[in-house]
Amino acid sequence: MIQPLNRLIRVALLAGPLVFAPGSSVAQEAYFVTYSHQMEEPGNLEVGVKSVAASPKGGNAFLANAMEFEYGVKAWWTSELYLDSQATANESSLFTGFRWENRFRLLLGEHRINPVLYLEFENVNGADKSLLEVVGHDTRADFLERNDRGEKKREAELKLILSSNVRGWNISENMIAEKNLGGEPWEFGYALGASRPLSLVSSAKHCVLCRENLSAGAEMYGGLGERYSFGLRDTSHYLAPVVEWRVPGGTTFKLSPGFGLNNKSQPFLFRFGVSYEIDQIASRLRGN
Amino acid sequence: MPRSRLAALLVAMAALPALSISIAAGDGRWQAKVPADARQRPNPMAAEASRIAAGEKLFQRNCASCHGKQAEGHLKHPDLHSARVRNATPGELEWLLKNGSLKNGMPSWSRLPEPQRWQLVTFLKSLN
Repeated sequence: MIQPLNRLIRVALLAGPLVFAPGSSVAQEAYFVTYSHQMEEPGNLEVGVKSVAASPKGGNAFLANAMEFEYGVKAWWTSELYLDSQATANESSLFTGFRWENRFRLLLGEHRINPVLYLEFENVNGADKSLLEVVGHDTRADFLERNDRGEKKREAELKLILSSNVRGWNISENMIAEKNLGGEPWEFGYALGASRPLSLVSSAKHCVLCRENLSAGAEMYGGLGERYSFGLRDTSHYLAPVVEWRVPGGTTFKLSPGFGLNNKSQPFLFRFGVSYEIDQIASRLRGN
Repeated sequence: MPRSRLAALLVAMAALPALSISIAAGDGRWQAKVPADARQRPNPMAAEASRIAAGEKLFQRNCASCHGKQAEGHLKHPDLHSARVRNATPGELEWLLKNGSLKNGMPSWSRLPEPQRWQLVTFLKSLN
């Protein structure tokens, strides 16, 4: 299964930029876990990969990938499909499932705090380690799950995203509620993020590796227990600096070392991501 | 998971846009919504060759895919050499960039830092 998927991912990543004329817009999110209120521009498609690597104590090192296709349906509505896969040392590589998410801006103007409603349905293998959020009592023990675990998780997830842009800073807060549709109780989590471009002013000259193309920040995320045991205990929490580099032409690179904040957390995670924005894909396909 | 519950979830996800449309409906032209204090704000990036060039760079990066490389407009995306842009105050244009006109397909550019939005305004004003 993983071989055709890998081939598909490679073709999409390599051929996409060749098939379509170069995009110029930049990716929406400066973070890996936290969402801001920035939406995909209508008609644009962002193709990207978010990866996380870790070497859990007592388990096998893994690399989990979430390939994302993010489309701006409207200026206030973004829809996104994730295809998750993972490679684990001494075990296997496999496709672990998919997620389909939709984000809706609830207020159409720009306000001091901008709310966005996020709805997601996911159908993933119980061994999935892409860690796109931490909820409930997720701990580092979850990283010991073997790839051959057969359990399927069908889950619905709601997020309330609150986000502000102030003096060049983006400050975002996500409240997460997730429900396993197999009848398990609601689980909760949070994510907080702050980031800022290194320069608020654009220079007149074309530049690639310059301050205006770089952003730096940090995010913090973790679980809040579940319906019957709500709280910060017996779950994992992470703090992760994030650096983003927006290359002119539509490609964005992100890096983030993540540090576990308690003994339930994996001590170290390394995340990296690359995305490419294809401007006005529907118009291009129609030949306009 | 029961099929009926899955169907209900998918219907709810599909129905939400309709709710958002109803929330969105009812506003007039964007210029009528600009608050007076925003309308009167002067552009701190007043026209200079380097600022116009910086604004053009930002325009090519963020706006040209919809409005065209020469800002000539494309399909339903308006020509920015128009009387409406020419007559708009810098404050009105900066307000539009910050807020967008989401119902009409213009995204919010609040993620661009404010000085960059003013650089874009400087470029837009130089078109006319």
